[in-house]
Amino acid sequence: MKRAIRTALVYAVLGGAAAVTLLPLLWMVSASLMPTGEATALPPRLLPSAITFEHYRALFTRLSLARYAANSALLATAVTLISLLLNSMAGYAFAKLRFRGRDRLFQVLLAALVIPGQVAMLPLFLMLKEMGAINTYWGVIIPGMASVFGIFLMRQYALSIPDSLLDAARIDGAGELRIYWSLVLPACTPILVTLAIFTFMGTWNDFLWPLIVLTDDRLYTLPVAVANLAGEHVQDIELMMAGAVLTVLPVVVLFMALQRYYIAGIMSGSLKE
Amino acid sequence: MTSAHHLTATLRAALLLMVVGVGCRARSEAPVAIEFWAMGSEGERVQRLLAEFERQTPGVRVHVQQIPWSAAHEKLLTAYVGDAMPDLFQVGNTWIPEFVALNAVEPLDERMAHSFVLQKEDYFPGILDTNVIGGALYGVPWYVDTRVLFYRTDLLQEAGIRLPPATWDAWLDAMLRIKAGGGRDAYAILLPMTEWQPPVILALQRGARLLRDDDQYGNFRSPEFRGAFQFYLDLFHHDLAPRDADAQVANLYQDFANGYFAFYITGPWNIGEFQQRLPAAMTGKWATAPMPAPDATHSGISTAGGASLALCRGSRHRDAAWQVIEFLSTPARQSEFYRLTGDLPSRKTAWMQQDLMHDRYAQAFWQQLQHVQATPKIPEWERIADKITQYAEAAIRGRMDTDAALTALDADVDQVLEKRRWLLRRGADAERARP
Amino acid sequence: MTARINPAFWFVAPALSVIAVFFVVPVAASVLLSLTDFDVYAVASRTNLRFVGADNYLRLVHEPLFWVAFRNTLYFVLVAGPLSVGVSLAVAVLLSARLVRFQSVFRTIFFLPVVATLVAIAVVWRYIYHPRFGLLNYGLSLVGVGPIDWLGDPRWAMPAIILMAVWKNFGFNMVIFVAGLQSIPDRLYEAASIDGAHSWAQFRSITLPMLAPTFVFVALITMIGYFQLFAEPYVMTQGGPAHSTLSIVLLMYQEGFRWWNMGYAAAVAFVLFAVILALTLVTMRLRRRGPVAAGVVPR
Repeated sequence: MKRAIRTALVYAVLGGAAAVTLLPLLWMVSASLMPTGEATALPPRLLPSAITFEHYRALFTRLSLARYAANSALLATAVTLISLLLNSMAGYAFAKLRFRGRDRLFQVLLAALVIPGQVAMLPLFLMLKEMGAINTYWGVIIPGMASVFGIFLMRQYALSIPDSLLDAARIDGAGELRIYWSLVLPACTPILVTLAIFTFMGTWNDFLWPLIVLTDDRLYTLPVAVANLAGEHVQDIELMMAGAVLTVLPVVVLFMALQRYYIAGIMSGSLKE
Repeated sequence: MTSAHHLTATLRAALLLMVVGVGCRARSEAPVAIEFWAMGSEGERVQRLLAEFERQTPGVRVHVQQIPWSAAHEKLLTAYVGDAMPDLFQVGNTWIPEFVALNAVEPLDERMAHSFVLQKEDYFPGILDTNVIGGALYGVPWYVDTRVLFYRTDLLQEAGIRLPPATWDAWLDAMLRIKAGGGRDAYAILLPMTEWQPPVILALQRGARLLRDDDQYGNFRSPEFRGAFQFYLDLFHHDLAPRDADAQVANLYQDFANGYFAFYITGPWNIGEFQQRLPAAMTGKWATAPMPAPDATHSGISTAGGASLALCRGSRHRDAAWQVIEFLSTPARQSEFYRLTGDLPSRKTAWMQQDLMHDRYAQAFWQQLQHVQATPKIPEWERIADKITQYAEAAIRGRMDTDAALTALDADVDQVLEKRRWLLRRGADAERARP
Repeated sequence: MTARINPAFWFVAPALSVIAVFFVVPVAASVLLSLTDFDVYAVASRTNLRFVGADNYLRLVHEPLFWVAFRNTLYFVLVAGPLSVGVSLAVAVLLSARLVRFQSVFRTIFFLPVVATLVAIAVVWRYIYHPRFGLLNYGLSLVGVGPIDWLGDPRWAMPAIILMAVWKNFGFNMVIFVAGLQSIPDRLYEAASIDGAHSWAQFRSITLPMLAPTFVFVALITMIGYFQLFAEPYVMTQGGPAHSTLSIVLLMYQEGFRWWNMGYAAAVAFVLFAVILALTLVTMRLRRRGPVAAGVVPR
């Protein structure tokens, strides 16, 4: 009896928490489908009186949101692919290859995690300007090409590759690059997927840096465009919600499809601490 | 063998033709692409006008980028530092001194003098003056902005007042009466605390000089400024103005219609917005009037605002960009732009073309534009204006009393101007050092 | 005979060069920048640049706005931090209870806010907080609480941002806690049950101590993240009203990119770094002296 009450209580609390968690997201979707002006009705409505896609249409025709989504996708993909390569090579090397000062160097890198990115922002901006990378895709890609966090995750996972496997390949005469490409990468697929998801989502959601670096509106990413929209169209709430939905949808879909890897990645990164 | 020979000959001829053809095309076509940054709703509407420009001038294409006003200042500066400035941009005329100090804009006196389209005398003198720094002209006024009173005629009549107030006393009286009749949830006037124009207008009307010693120090403790500032603060302290946040702007029009406030100091863009966004029941129940003056002997001054079109000094397409400026500055285009945006033209001819000085809502602006005054023309002005609103808000919310706020404001402004003082001293030293 | 370059070099060189050039160098340059009065005039001409030594830092110390930003950020960290960690722990404990099915469904739901783009979420919450049309005030009115001007009242603006930040982040820490909870061996609980301890005692003497390292880790990363508060106030309040939501990074952004007082902004950024570093070191020290050293948990 007591057990049943306990169970019910736990479900009730969890259910309540889930409802609170979902409410803003559901309202966001609902408001994006409301006819203009309905989202500011009194008392506030939870559901649209009539579902309309006019705001989504407006976003794609008048406000060229497709271009911003394409920019976001392009940048997120580019950064993900490049950083996967660079981070996996470095992470593997820190885990399995021997070189002088390896562990010391890694500790120093970890220390760098404490530095907030904003400290580097101003001089980085000036540096990229000298390189002519301001207001180009490169301005966003270059700083993201490698990350300490990525190297860290990769190393954690690569430590578990049996040395005997690698030594056997070396004895057989395989070069280091070959070993990396044909042995290590396949063995590390789970963490690579995790890293890819992290990086893709992180780049997609990135706001401050693209805000500063991309001055041309043709290059805007979705978050920057949405913030722009929010500054411009304070009155058009339904339009804003539609923009928000479009920004959030890809990462949510990505997450739901691959959440196993994503969650595993977080756990592996935190537990071995 | 012969066929191969033929083939090579034909190919070579084709290649030659292509090269010549492309070369010719390159020389005669070569479309110039102009980057034009425009803010707010002007950015949206100007694109319609420019379609006609592109038709008239086939060699030039204009790409308009729309930027919200809240981010415009930082985007322009960031673009300047990042060498990513547009060829042509709209700029609030209070920002021009800053861009001149940066050496970012092109002086336009020569172009203006040789233009068939632009005539200096056709512009409102007070407005044109804001574009002149150190004797040179750096912007062409595009549209003008000054602040006047928008008010609910019916609420005023209910309070027993037939004519809009012409002096501060009459104005205060009207506001008190409206507040008394409105009940607890209503106010008399909306004064968003992020806007520096209302307190500065009041100060200018009182004859306050905002900065002293060649704009090197703050002068906010002067009796003129203090008096005007206190008048402004008292409007809040007597509950005549709400302490709402800027985030609530969304319902400005609804609130006006609901009688949440009866007076609003704002600019010409709201003529169109009011007509569009107010419910039908509001037609004929509101009007505009020039700013009231401190007393009957003065005329109410207002700010000389507005936006100008400026050319980026580093642009490679200055001539083409100038063509765009000329296009947008013809009285006909200015009139058309007025019809699209409600922004008042900067050229008097355009006013006459549309008979705007007799327009029901615009005539207050016509009167006001004869009495406008510029704010200090220094790069730091934007910063200083921001500090004025900052300390005004602190005083309104009771965190500081008036004198403490003004003393702190002066101290802050002195700090802001320190570099300017250093540069002026250095320039003076260099002058003295010259034999 | 030339020495062969260790092949490891080629593996680490690309990533390390990127990090060195595009992170380490700018950080070092930031220090230098903070010793100058780099501003709009200096952007126009390098000759307008002055080396001012520690002046920016001194100005920072005397600038009331900096202390407002510092206080606000501290307020945010000290309230949102424990709240966020507490909520995630509570939810994680509930979720890990053996009697709950549909664990992965709940976990997905709780994690959704974490992946959603911050800017989009900030826009949504801006409307939820609207004093007249917002859902929150409507909900409050149903239980008799008067309308609160969430984003317009200086007293409520920061709590509003805190609430939104907790909602957005608790899922992340929850996942970590779930992992930590799952790694506690069952036999400990079984033994305690046999000894007659009820669930609250079990929680206090088994769960909490075993969770301590995870807890410290979560607290640390949450704190570091929260000190860098920027996007929420930028999108929702621009630091207002009356600077009640001005955070250190927002101040840095405004000084650096709106007014182009880059020297001063760099000093602000550096002070932030120093604060985070100090707190991290303190936390690491606490951890080392933690449960392992105390002998509570077997090594």
